Amino acid sequence: MISNLINRKIFTLLKVQYSNMLEYRVEIALWAISGIIPFFMLNIWTNNNLNESINISDVLLSRYFLCAFFVRQFSVVWVVFSFEEDSLTGKVSPYLIQPLNPFFRYFAQHLAEQITRFPFAVIIAFLFFIFNPESIWIPKLGILFLSILSTFLSFLIQFLIQSIVACLCFWTEKASSIERLLFIPTLFLSGLLAPVVSFPEYVKSWVYLTPFPYLIDFPANLLSGNETNISRGLSMQIIWILLLFPIFKKIWCEGKKKFTAMGS
Amino acid sequence: MNLRKYLKVYKKFLHTSLASELEYKTNILIDLFTAILSLIGSIFLLSIFFENNGYIGGWKFEQALIIQGIYTILNGITNTWFNPNLTEIVKHIREGTLDFVLLKPIDSQFFISLKRITPSGFLEIILGFFLLLYCIKINQININLTFLTLCLITIICSICILYSLWFFISTTTIWFVKTWNATEVLRSFLYIGRFPLNSFSISLRIFFSVFIPIAFITSIPAEVFLGLSQLWEILLEVIVALIFLSSSRKFWLYALKFYSSASS
Repeated sequence: MISNLINRKIFTLLKVQYSNMLEYRVEIALWAISGIIPFFMLNIWTNNNLNESINISDVLLSRYFLCAFFVRQFSVVWVVFSFEEDSLTGKVSPYLIQPLNPFFRYFAQHLAEQITRFPFAVIIAFLFFIFNPESIWIPKLGILFLSILSTFLSFLIQFLIQSIVACLCFWTEKASSIERLLFIPTLFLSGLLAPVVSFPEYVKSWVYLTPFPYLIDFPANLLSGNETNISRGLSMQIIWILLLFPIFKKIWCEGKKKFTAMGS
Repeated sequence: MNLRKYLKVYKKFLHTSLASELEYKTNILIDLFTAILSLIGSIFLLSIFFENNGYIGGWKFEQALIIQGIYTILNGITNTWFNPNLTEIVKHIREGTLDFVLLKPIDSQFFISLKRITPSGFLEIILGFFLLLYCIKINQININLTFLTLCLITIICSICILYSLWFFISTTTIWFVKTWNATEVLRSFLYIGRFPLNSFSISLRIFFSVFIPIAFITSIPAEVFLGLSQLWEILLEVIVALIFLSSSRKFWLYALKFYSSASS
């Protein structure tokens, strides 16, 4: 009974958000295009033969960056920006009255956006294959399943981190600047611009303990067929989720008490 | 007379926006930290590229740092002036407040482009400046008057081109209303301005000098710094900057003809 109710709620939320997102498909197409930085990076790598030093062939590297593009497309999170706006304009108040954690709403928003984004990402990948026909490959079904799973886990980690930051809106008005700060290590250490294998030793020694390489590098390596430690990657992702979730719950409960509705 | 009026208005703009930005002091502190981390990250990425290669696209590491410095200065200018103002255009158009701007007895482009200021971008400008000074030292560049004037001219031209690009994209919202993320696409393209243009493949090089003249924005000033630039390159940059500035002005006036105010 209860699970049936939850299912219905989630289904309705998804349906509403999906139609909302379809309304703004041009916007989402633009978001998809703005994620093409990995392709520029690939161009630098292969054009200067930088990949020879890290023993990755041109084809594997181009697959890696294509996968990094895909993983990034389906793990982009912007909950802090939505929440900040809603909290400043007082839209959070009606959400709080409803018997549903508002973050479910944002979660559904993100999932719906990913579904809308899918065709655009496929088109970009298709264009990529036209220019690089030698890098076409078909991943094994098991690997494909695992990499979709790890992309989703990567999305969950980022969603949790940003939700924690978003909850800081209850205390400070501009939480998004903290998010911009966190975005810098995400950008440089996640493997979006350069595969983590290519990092110098003094970085590689500690970077695998942080959540960053598991956001893009691990799923992208997995999907593109590059060498990676599957069990360590997945378990680190799950450990980070298990670590972050209680923090989020705690900060949400504390923040809710701090919340003063508009006009009070 | 007219100029004095605009200077007076600009002083007021500065005063009001600084006052409102300084409300969020921790915010500025976090932004400063973000700027420093971001520069460290970019240099880290650059050092990965140069780890096993002495040259990238014919540039040494020390020389590529100049590009990085110029990029940082320009990025700081973008964050201080262009980003806060030109993303506001979208808000003006969506909420119909552009009416109020147009009704004021002042040039609308002036008002829209300079109304706000984000002081945290200043640090980036200073950081970039120090990086450039350091580069002058390690590259053993002789400073004389012609060198300084040429540097100043090319950097001012770069700023003009950058401004026009931002302004162009923002102006298109008069037709497409909800494309505030179009500037994100521009941002991701501009990202390649951190690297020497010669490190990309020919097709990208052509694309980035003809369609989106990022080549002019960082590469030519950097060549001027190294004393490698030809006179025609500098002249070309000046001409391109003039064309961009005047056409962005024309485009704005043209677009305004299509603006239908909020309730029509």
